[in-house]
Amino acid sequence: MKARVHVMLKDGVLDPQGEAVRHALGSLGFEGVNGVRQGKVIELDLAGEDPAAAEAEARKMCEALLANTVIERYEVEIL
Amino acid sequence: MKAAVIVFPGSNCDRDLAVAFRAAGFDVDMVWHKDTELPQGVDVVGVPGGFSFGDYLRCGAIAARSPIVAALKAHVEAGGYGIGICNGFQVLLETGLLPGALMRNAGLKFICKPVELSVETTASDFTSGYSAGQTVTYPVAHHDGNYVATPEVVAALEAEDRVAFRYCEDLNGSVGRIAGILSENRRVLGLMPHPERAADPALGTADGAALFAALAKAGVAA
Repeated sequence: MKARVHVMLKDGVLDPQGEAVRHALGSLGFEGVNGVRQGKVIELDLAGEDPAAAEAEARKMCEALLANTVIERYEVEIL
Repeated sequence: MKAAVIVFPGSNCDRDLAVAFRAAGFDVDMVWHKDTELPQGVDVVGVPGGFSFGDYLRCGAIAARSPIVAALKAHVEAGGYGIGICNGFQVLLETGLLPGALMRNAGLKFICKPVELSVETTASDFTSGYSAGQTVTYPVAHHDGNYVATPEVVAALEAEDRVAFRYCEDLNGSVGRIAGILSENRRVLGLMPHPERAADPALGTADGAALFAALAKAGVAA
């Protein structure tokens, strides 16, 4: 079973890299990009067949390591 | 006084830190990240700068989950001293032993140069060798030194006199120009600038030597 974890900076935490990407898009002529937020996608290949258990396990992994919940939020998607 | 310096794969200031401790009179043991115990009788644990585990995932994140860091936590929770410098500061934040987080520098550039810092408090065994408001010069070398914390955490750090060092001028976007902070019991210091790289006149500035000397003196008195 595969799980996909999305880790993003929390709203309100300034994302300097996202801002740099926004400026770069502007300088390439892409107009109307009001904001860019950059995050991470982590794909997990998990043993086991139970989607609910896999999601619970992936959430534990986020809390323990994959996200820094001081500044980041995460979402778990079971594929 | 006895110090232990943790070595992670990718640490690159571990030996500099050991030299600075020894110059101040410490006996120093190097400990490997896979070790599960600190040597007997260690007073202070140093978490050095570098690029532990290649900065993979987040700076300091993987190091913070290594076996020796569990021993570091126990040492600190029992009232022992700890100091984390640069990547070591990132590790201490990832463990939760200090509050907040360090993000990419606001200017997105790696900054490597000597910077002026203001000593914000002398009420700690790390900073008691300075005078309040004294300006010292330590080098910085980091890409992720932009300190962030919730307004409540920042207010508590300020109210409890736990900001140890502040950049004299905005360097990397850190809230309140914070360069280093103390734990609640004032026995753990985390800072981005490198006192160990400023601990001998041959290095251009010896301003950092007073930090290690003050810590050695505190241990003798204790």
